[in-house]
Amino acid sequence: MSTATAPYGAKLDVSRTPRVPMSRLIKVELRKMTDTRSGFWLMVTMGGVAVIASTIFGIFGHDQDRTFYNFMQFSGAPQGFLLPVLGILLVTQEWSQRTGMVTFALEPHRGRVLWAKVLGALLVGVAAFAIAVAVAFLATTVFGGHDPYRDFGGIDIVKFGILQVTGILQGLAFGLLLLNSAAAIVLYFVVPTVFSILFNVIPALQDSAPWIDFGTAQGPLGDTGNLTGTEWTQLAVTATIWVILPFLAGLWRVLRAEVK
Amino acid sequence: MIKLEGVTKRYGDYTAVDDVSFVAQPGRVTGFLGPNGAGKSTSMRIMVGLTPPDRGTATIGGLKYHDIPNPGLHVGVLLDASAQHAGRTGREVLALSALTMGLKEKRVDEMLELVGLTESESKRRVRNYSLGMRQRLGIANALIGDPSVLILDEPANGLDPAGIHWMRTLLRGYAERGGTVLLSSHLLHEVEMIADDMVLIGRGKIVKQGTKAELLQTAGTFVKPESPEKLTAALAEAGIKALPSGDGGFRAECDPIVVGRAAAAAGVVLAELRPAEGAGLEEMFLELTADDARESINTQGVSA
Repeated sequence: MSTATAPYGAKLDVSRTPRVPMSRLIKVELRKMTDTRSGFWLMVTMGGVAVIASTIFGIFGHDQDRTFYNFMQFSGAPQGFLLPVLGILLVTQEWSQRTGMVTFALEPHRGRVLWAKVLGALLVGVAAFAIAVAVAFLATTVFGGHDPYRDFGGIDIVKFGILQVTGILQGLAFGLLLLNSAAAIVLYFVVPTVFSILFNVIPALQDSAPWIDFGTAQGPLGDTGNLTGTEWTQLAVTATIWVILPFLAGLWRVLRAEVK
Repeated sequence: MIKLEGVTKRYGDYTAVDDVSFVAQPGRVTGFLGPNGAGKSTSMRIMVGLTPPDRGTATIGGLKYHDIPNPGLHVGVLLDASAQHAGRTGREVLALSALTMGLKEKRVDEMLELVGLTESESKRRVRNYSLGMRQRLGIANALIGDPSVLILDEPANGLDPAGIHWMRTLLRGYAERGGTVLLSSHLLHEVEMIADDMVLIGRGKIVKQGTKAELLQTAGTFVKPESPEKLTAALAEAGIKALPSGDGGFRAECDPIVVGRAAAAAGVVLAELRPAEGAGLEEMFLELTADDARESINTQGVSA
């Protein structure tokens, strides 16, 4: 305005600036998962424990137990436990470490950042799942007992995958809802446990447990064979209560929250 | 250009930002000055869409921040140098921003060099950074996208005198190339040294704004006597109104010669006698600060 020689005017010329593509936002989120010591060691721990657990089981397990299916339970256990924590930290670091002030200044459409986090976490989940299956396959080849694939069906892979993915999504949802690492991690582990105890101890609640308690509804995913129609429905209902609703509430909160 | 129009933000009964309007022009450094808690940071968060205002609009170059695609390439933002992941290295912090904006990794090295962070410092985790180093990292992060507008909240905080000098040169060059620079501070002298334009804020309200020359130009005289009591009496005798103006001095709304005559007539020894350039601004600023300190007592008694 007052400076006629200035290369920049009073108006910003954004006509040649495309917005940040989703693929790049996802890349950024993937990088954020491993560029701190905690993130890095979380990943290493998952891989390490999977190998160690499978090896120990391979050496000390009974011959008839050393099946591919059981090896998968061992190689997948650390991820089932730790991937949700990864999901929680991915969301809560923006608040606990206050990096949100930079993240949401660089991409003010917060919903896009959150979807990048969800998709990034799912990509890691799928990769971790593939690694768990690979480790189980290797362990079966090395340590497998008699006819190690006898109790394994294709549906088991699907069920195993569902268990992992819902864990990550639940972690993300709790992170979004609480926006605090410690609170989200503690509640993620404590609340479902307390619920499971309540629903399995109080007789009046026992019948409704598979319809309300996520842990109870997930039970059949850990057994061999397909789920019944009712069991699938129960899984969907409890997932809505424990994953989708907290996720939506958290999303609503983050889109409105002040970032300080 | 940054433009705020009637921006208001309330937290319950407390009005953090009250009907704030001002413009930061391109090619100039605008100093946003006010005591702690005056509403500077809230105003800046509103500019970049991190805090939704209750009323009013904030635009940058005619656009709402939300509508600027890849905003890091247009607006450089430093709101809080400590708002970084303590477990990331300084280099990684910049690399994440560069990746988001779609810049080459080379840009990270350029920025580290520009703000004077060495190779080994850049590989340390932010946890081990001094406030001054965090501030430099924050400035690098704001500049990495080569934006035309800069919004910096207390950028000089934690910098040593050499660092402040460096930053002043950097921002001056930036404005001379046509960029818009808005920086906040709670220190009058800091802003005086860097800014072309000033916006004074206190208790959420703009109390004064204009060019530095306009604001510093105040009529009157600054006088510092050996004995304040004797001078006060002498000035009262001569019918000259004078107000204490910090550091044992006074400010009078008349020419220095008039004050000098009154002092001479009463035989008062003077240590200083000069035109009161900038004293008005300093008084206003001190008043703002003092009002803020009293505020909690007053508002509780009055507004209840």
